[in-house]
Amino acid sequence: MAESTRTIEIEVLRYRPEQDTEPFYQTYSVPFTDDMSVLQGLQTIKDDLDGTLSFRWSCRMAICGSCGMMIDGKPKLACRTFLRHYHPKKLRIGPLEHFPIERDLVVVVEDFIKKLEGIKPYIIPKEPRTLEEGEYLQTPAQLEKFRQFSTCINCMLCYSACPQYGLDSKFTGPGILALMHRYNADSRDGGQAERMELGHSEEGVWGCTAVAYCSEVCPKGVDPANAINQNKMGSAIDYFLRFVAPRGAGK
Amino acid sequence: MSAQMDKRRPYVRSMAGWWTRDPYYIRYMAMEATSVLVAVYAVILLVGLARLSQGEAAYNGWLDALKSPLSVGFHVLILLVFAYHTWSWFKIMPKTMPTIYLGGTKLPQPAITWTGVVVAVVLNLLVLAILMGVKP
Repeated sequence: MAESTRTIEIEVLRYRPEQDTEPFYQTYSVPFTDDMSVLQGLQTIKDDLDGTLSFRWSCRMAICGSCGMMIDGKPKLACRTFLRHYHPKKLRIGPLEHFPIERDLVVVVEDFIKKLEGIKPYIIPKEPRTLEEGEYLQTPAQLEKFRQFSTCINCMLCYSACPQYGLDSKFTGPGILALMHRYNADSRDGGQAERMELGHSEEGVWGCTAVAYCSEVCPKGVDPANAINQNKMGSAIDYFLRFVAPRGAGK
Repeated sequence: MSAQMDKRRPYVRSMAGWWTRDPYYIRYMAMEATSVLVAVYAVILLVGLARLSQGEAAYNGWLDALKSPLSVGFHVLILLVFAYHTWSWFKIMPKTMPTIYLGGTKLPQPAITWTGVVVAVVLNLLVLAILMGVKP
């Protein structure tokens, strides 16, 4: 930390519900070194310049998914974005788009959490086993079918990159639909039918119009656009099967 | 409801002009807009088909209308729009299909896109060659 210290102007969108009618930008001059992330910049503001600033963070290493925010208009994790890439220009920080602002950089996540619970994000065993019968085995090839989609950290950057969610929050949205696919694609899971009641609907995969920006901003390479859109084919087949086979006979 | 909950006053931001906020959204809207011109051109071709069913004179009238400078200019525009339309949809194609494994390794998404582009170019050149060959 002994290296040269420079100063960067950071504009932060402030909103204090008890006193502000609408959000406004507040500018801070923040001293920084080359190794400092945007999150460390915010921590410097809170510790040394203005203790009233609110933002979420926890792990500082792109694992917990807490510090997602709009950094110069792009949804990014503050902990893996560096101040030196923006200096000498000003840097503008806002709360994640498409979510209501709770306070400053903190957004309301109730809708996301409710939807996350709604898709049953856990394995519903195809065949219940007793302890004596041992573990559920899986081959590397079976693991590969869902591994990529299981690396989601629920940071919600993809929701801020999804205009469909912004325009109509009834849409389940990229991250959670990717998780739905992750469990459906797991060879140990038998819960697909329960989950796809939502999956097949307008609020499910059909609410997606393939903007695909979600996959671009994902810090974990989950590729939610792929998870969602590869389900449209199956969903369409499921829809048309009802005309050939009695309801429930063909899944 | 607790006193703490009463203090909550979540602020909802407007979505007005959302598609101008990021170049990515502008490209998406451009991709969607090309679909309109693709539909317009389908109608032009359908009119040609209808004229063909009305006899030689009607069909030649339609052909002559296509040769007007305005129409030629429109065709150049349409060609560019179709090229972007083709590119943008092949670019999104890998998102719409399950991952393909070749001998245990994942087929990279650009490979799917470029296969589509190469097939489209080859087929178009083939059609063009056939038409040039038939032309008197």
